[in-house]
Formats: sequence, structure tokens, C-alpha cells
Amino acid sequence: MSKKVALNKAPVEEKQHPMEKILRMDRIPHIWCSTCGIGTTVTALAMALDQLGLDLNKVAILSGIGCTGRVAGYLKLDSFHTTHGRSIPFAFGLHIARPDMKVIVFSGDGDLISIGGNHFIHTARRNADMTVICVNNFIYAMTGGQVAPTTPTTARSATSPYGCYEHPFNLPLLAASSGAVYVARWTALHIRRLANSIKEAIAKPGFSFVEVVAPCSTLYARLNKLGTGLDLMKFYHDNSVIKHGADPKEIDIDYQSQIIVGKFVDIDKPPYIECFNAGNKRVFGDKFKPYGGGNGSN
Amino acid sequence: MKFWRTPLDIDKLKIPHGELHIIAERCKGCGFCVEYCPKDVLVLSEEFNSKGYHPPKAVKPEECVNCDLCEILCPDFAIYCLRVEEEGKEVAK
Ligand SMILES: Cc1ncc(C[n+]2csc(CCOP(=O)(O)OP(=O)(O)O)c2C)c(N)n1
Ligand code: SF4
Ligand code: SF4
Ligand code: SF4
Ligand SMILES: [Mg+2]
Repeated sequence: MSKKVALNKAPVEEKQHPMEKILRMDRIPHIWCSTCGIGTTVTALAMALDQLGLDLNKVAILSGIGCTGRVAGYLKLDSFHTTHGRSIPFAFGLHIARPDMKVIVFSGDGDLISIGGNHFIHTARRNADMTVICVNNFIYAMTGGQVAPTTPTTARSATSPYGCYEHPFNLPLLAASSGAVYVARWTALHIRRLANSIKEAIAKPGFSFVEVVAPCSTLYARLNKLGTGLDLMKFYHDNSVIKHGADPKEIDIDYQSQIIVGKFVDIDKPPYIECFNAGNKRVFGDKFKPYGGGNGSN
Repeated sequence: MKFWRTPLDIDKLKIPHGELHIIAERCKGCGFCVEYCPKDVLVLSEEFNSKGYHPPKAVKPEECVNCDLCEILCPDFAIYCLRVEEEGKEVAK
């Protein structure tokens, strides 16, 4: 039986929170701290699924570990909570076995970009058809606030008490230079634009990437004396600049500096399964039976 | 709602109105809804919920324009707004 979310603009007769249709309510309330931004990013994903009108039986969500890694387990989709950094290889296997499904990876900066970094770049290079949403809170939150590959230079963390001295990754640049066909960045405050980008990313054939800068109140904000998550939301409001089509090389995030947001990449390139079929067809001709339908979308 | 000019069909338009629901026990008092409501409908209440947070309360519920911003920004799925239908008039977009 097909099921769909219908968020927003529900009539008054429906006395339940619209998100209850897509959340595993037996697991709510969730573990996230007061003023953490992760919950807001989950609503953005639900809004995108709603707007796309997808059959939710054909949507899989995968997370690695960490606070953001809890997302898959809270959603009433085919959910996979995988090991540290391995949500993308798991997603790749799932995509190859079931090319008819929409595959969404939802995880944190530490998980996707440190231990999972090699999977990230190679799956982007192969242009496998999936959407990766990365909640960037600039820190390994769940384990106590250690430095992450995204921690801005001079920001404090549990393992950089005098300020981080390393250069952080610029995630849209990493995704774009690895081969992603769709790359966007928003903050948790840009909720409607974020939902729209997630929608475009899911609809896009190939590897799409959406970075969401979101507040971690308990570790990042506290260790840097930045106040609460609400103060970070106000900071995003005052310091975000929308620049669609900006060169990913020019959108580094420095400590408490301007945050350039927008859609940076939206190009067309054959996705992995299409390349697999074309490559085999070239060698084996008519003896080769294309896999998963013409373009892998079945 | 303020208009920058009076619309010609003002008598036929109505301001959208929402019915606000607050799930106080689920709220963690972050204040996102209070801060970003464009109509200042909400304030954090003095009361505590059983987790020890101050949930919001609607001080001007009649001003709610059903924009859903409180609902979609709330990280705890603790507030939502339902559309109230009124007979005869078209909702202003
Ligand atoms: C193999 C392995 N090594 C280390 C850990 C410990 N660990 C749990 S969460 C985490 C960091 C997650 O950081 P991030 O992905 O940024 O998520 P956040 O908590 O910030 O949302 C680590 C290293 C683990 N679970 N498994
Ligand atoms: S530790 Fe940080 S990221 Fe984790 S739930 Fe708390 S505020 Fe959110
Ligand atoms: S729906 Fe909009 S106007 Fe109504 S309370 Fe929420 S934020 Fe305010
Ligand atoms: S946004 Fe949600 S959790 Fe935060 S104060 Fe409002 S109702 Fe409570
Ligand atoms: Mg993190």
C-alpha cells in the first residue's frame, strides 16, 4: 500500500502534529538537546518528501553514528542506522540492489567527512544516484565535542581547548570537485529554502549533496561561549549571504564569519548505473542485458 | 496584516487564520517559535513542563496568520498550526 506524507495546511479536523505521520512516535521525544538544530533539519526533509509526493515505501534513509546519526531511526521509512562513516557504502549497495528506490543519506560532518570521507568522495566521483544531507555543526557532538574535519580554525573544541589550528574542509568544494551534480548549502534557519534544495536534490539523477549548518548548543556553542542554539540561529540570520552559483572555492566558512549559502552546482552527468550499462553495452553489444532499466530509475 | 496599499478587493479577501496547538510536554523551551513568529503571537510561559522547560503560550492567538513558521522551525515537533476555513471569502495569498 502506498503511503504519503501530507504536511502543512492540514485542516482543523486533524488534531495531530503533521510530522507524526512520518516519525516513529514510539521513539519521540528524541534525544536532541534543547536548542539543537537537528530536529528542524528533519522537518525540512519531511517537507521535501511531502512536496515531491513520493511513495514512502520507495524511500530509504540511512545514517551513520552521532547525534545526527539518530535521524534515520526516528523516521518511518526504510531506515538504516549504520556504523561510523559507512552510511554511504551501505547506501550504494542498496541503490545497486534496488535502483527503483530513492536513497537518502542523513548524517553528521564528523561521520560523513572524517572516517566516511573516502566513501563520500568516491561515491560522488561515481555519480551514484543518491542524496547526501550533511548536518554540519562543526564538531563531533555526541562523543563530547572533539575537533572535526569541519571545525573552523581558532574554534574551541574538547580537543582544541586553545582553538583549532587546522584548516577545515569546505564541504561544497569537496563535493563539487569529487563530482557531485547538485551541491547546496543552507543553515537550519533557512528552512523553506533548505526544504526546496532537498527536494531538488532528491529529484536530481546522480550524486546530490546538501550541507546544513546547524546549531549544536551543548558542545559547539558552549565550548565557544556563543550562547544557545537560538543565539546561533540569530547569528545565521545576521551573517548568511545567499549567493546562488557562487564558486565553491570561495565559500570557506571561517570561525563566526559570514556564511555563504545557496545552490552552487546543478549540472547533468550520467549516473553510475547508466555508465555501467553503457560501458558493458560498448564491449558486449546486444549480448548484454542492461541492468535496472535504461537509466537506472527502473 | 498591513498592506502597502489597500487592495481593490479588500472586502472579498480575508487574512488567513490558524488554530495553534502546543504540545507542552514535548517542548524543550528553545524559543525558536517565539523569536521567529512574524506576528509575535507567542511568548515563553512562566509555567514549567515536567521536563523543567518553559513551553510557549499564545498571547495573541487571534493574530496567527497560519504561516507555519513556528511549526517548521520547532526542533521538537511540539507546536503546529491548523488552517481555519471561513465561509465566503478567498484567503489572501
Ligand atoms: C567505529 C567508531 N568509532 C568511533 C565512534 C564514536 N563516535 C560516536 S559519534 C562520533 C562523532 C560523530 O560526529 P558527527 O558525525 O559530526 O555527528 P554529531 O554528533 O556532531 O551530529 C564518534 C566519533 C563510533 N561510534 N564508532
Ligand atoms: S550534543 Fe549538540 S548536536 Fe548533539 S543533540 Fe546536543 S546540541 Fe544537538
Ligand atoms: S503559524 Fe505563524 S503566525 Fe501563527 S503562531 Fe506560528 S509563526 Fe506565528
Ligand atoms: S520551538 Fe518548539 S521546542 Fe522550541 S520553544 Fe517553541 S514549541 Fe518549544
Ligand atoms: Mg557534527
